[in-house]
Amino acid sequence: MAGKTLYDKIWDAHRVRQDPDGTTLLYIDRHLVHEVTSPQAFEGLRVAGRAPWRIDANLAVPDHNVPTQDRAQGIADPISRLQVETLDGNCVDFGITEFAMNDVRQGIVHVIGPEQGATLPGMTVVCGDSHTSTHGALGALAFGIGTSEVEHVLATQCLIQKKAKNMRVRVDGTLPPRVSGKDVILAVIGEIGTAGGTGHTIEFAGSVIRDLSLEARMTVCNMTIEAGARAGLVAVDDKTIDYVRGRPYAPQGDLWEQAVTAWRKLRSDPDAIFDREIVLDAATIRPQVSWGTSPEMVAAVDGVVPDPAQEADPVKRSGIEQALAYMDLRPHTAITDIRPNKIFIGSCTNSRIEDLRAAADVVRGQRIAESIDLAMVVPGSGLVKQQAEHEGLDRVFTDAGFEWREPGCSMCLAMNADRLEPGERCASTSNRNFEGRQGQGGRTHLVSPAMAAAAAVAGHFVDITAL
Amino acid sequence: MEILTQIRALVAPLDRANVDTDAIIPKQFLKSIKRTGFGPNLFDAWRYLDHGEPGMDCSTRRLDPDFVLNASRYQGAQILLARDNFGCGSSREHAPWALLDAGFRVIIAPSFADIFYNNCFKNGILPITLPAHVVDELFSETTATEGYTLDVDLEARTITKPDDSRISFDIDEFRRHCLLNGLDDIALTLQHVDEIRAYETRRRAEAPWLFPESAS
Ligand code: SF4
Repeated sequence: MAGKTLYDKIWDAHRVRQDPDGTTLLYIDRHLVHEVTSPQAFEGLRVAGRAPWRIDANLAVPDHNVPTQDRAQGIADPISRLQVETLDGNCVDFGITEFAMNDVRQGIVHVIGPEQGATLPGMTVVCGDSHTSTHGALGALAFGIGTSEVEHVLATQCLIQKKAKNMRVRVDGTLPPRVSGKDVILAVIGEIGTAGGTGHTIEFAGSVIRDLSLEARMTVCNMTIEAGARAGLVAVDDKTIDYVRGRPYAPQGDLWEQAVTAWRKLRSDPDAIFDREIVLDAATIRPQVSWGTSPEMVAAVDGVVPDPAQEADPVKRSGIEQALAYMDLRPHTAITDIRPNKIFIGSCTNSRIEDLRAAADVVRGQRIAESIDLAMVVPGSGLVKQQAEHEGLDRVFTDAGFEWREPGCSMCLAMNADRLEPGERCASTSNRNFEGRQGQGGRTHLVSPAMAAAAAVAGHFVDITAL
Repeated sequence: MEILTQIRALVAPLDRANVDTDAIIPKQFLKSIKRTGFGPNLFDAWRYLDHGEPGMDCSTRRLDPDFVLNASRYQGAQILLARDNFGCGSSREHAPWALLDAGFRVIIAPSFADIFYNNCFKNGILPITLPAHVVDELFSETTATEGYTLDVDLEARTITKPDDSRISFDIDEFRRHCLLNGLDDIALTLQHVDEIRAYETRRRAEAPWLFPESAS
């Protein structure tokens, strides 16, 4: 019999029951909750007179709607305010732990889960948010769910699921200097497409993934959903265990030792079989910049905007044409000739301390270009912000002309006041460049933190490997 | 959840691949704490010429005449014809809520994004996956014939065209059963309370660090 993949192992350990057709009741260890996808679920519980099954498995935080400045003033938009207050009220009513807006531990749900040790290796982790895939970097099976499922987990601690297929993405070799986890995942999506992982759980493997820090692995797993896969995974190694050690929600003492023994087995067996496998050579990965309105529309920084005339498939061709019209770009334009007027460093993809350090290294001692109307850094959590300030990174950014903000989702999806105006162009470290994602009519170019920082200084994209 | 067994309805074609959930229902409308009322803002950025915000009276906003779903011939459509990877992007269930609120009960596409596909079933919407060439044909016929309707029979797993030819489709048995009977997943799961408790007891012994409240 063939060995098991990491996904097989975690799945099997969480199977409560399974019907002959494969429909499985899967036990959920950790449920993360935010204000946007939960109100209707709590309301559903109330209407049905149901109580949460296991209160301590839930952790809540408002992140999508929170303002990133003048927090003392509260939330100005009454509809946003109501949504955040609804979360506060639901957490009080149901006894769920919440890091409320002015708690230093508040932040983007996918940043605080790992930061608090609320996400542990081998767990099943869900949240009403597609970027829950982030937590797979710790060797946890983590995926996004809809609001009906949020209610289902609250009420039963389980989900009705069918198992996905196994896919492995191996990135071998060594990354060129300044090429980051973000570039790796954008290159993967460019290669397999936004539906390339549909129906699969992707395990990321290979020497490059092993060499990445936990934070960079989170960046990679975060965007697995942009490759169509609900969950991304990385095997547990010493780095994982070192990362988790001592975090507030992590086990301690004997339990820690027991847990570590179990976690060491969280890797695919050498003879495990994957339904699909993709191999990328790290040496070929260049800093990536998205030029279109889908995360698969990426090019290397030294490349050019594609020509739809060269695309044979008619659906794809019209997709490229629509994207170029929306992005106001012409075929064959050099990527380095694209000039953003706004810079956003933040989001659950790239707002951890390592991301801020990488961006700060590029801007240290420099000024943002005249043509940049706004450059902002939004740390992923209050604790990331604190750490960055302790290292003096806030000064590096503000001295260069950046704004230093309070933690939250911010201009990743522009549900709060931070947004692009129609026609504005942004170098963004977030994960989605969909039409209107950062504000109606706004144009998004997805890049790594160092690339965003370099674009802020130069006023156009630059090849940071050549700096 | 409303039961879905059989539906004969007008078809509307949305000829774009990778239609994402931000396009289906833009983020500003996600601030609502309700499940209903999203219909007027379905495809908001494509449908209207102005910028939509929650609370606006959509009946007085200017429609974009170039957006296909605004064409008078497609008003009242309950079947949406779409392209590859429909519903990609976020997990927001507001996307199926908006489609449902706007009257759509069936979506036909060559492929769907996983979370969206799953969310449809939870709300009585039937997503049907068909081979790309079959979808292509449906697109040509829908655009060629005004008033083009399809008859979708979930019980028989068939789609009948106006010329009486049939297309069969595959669907997960459990999901079909739930849609046909309008079953509530939570009630179904709670029939297995004993098994969940037994699992927890076993797991608590095996991995006590996952149950910190009761571990010490
Ligand atoms: S930062 Fe962006 S992608 Fe991440 S959870 Fe917030 S809105 Fe979603």
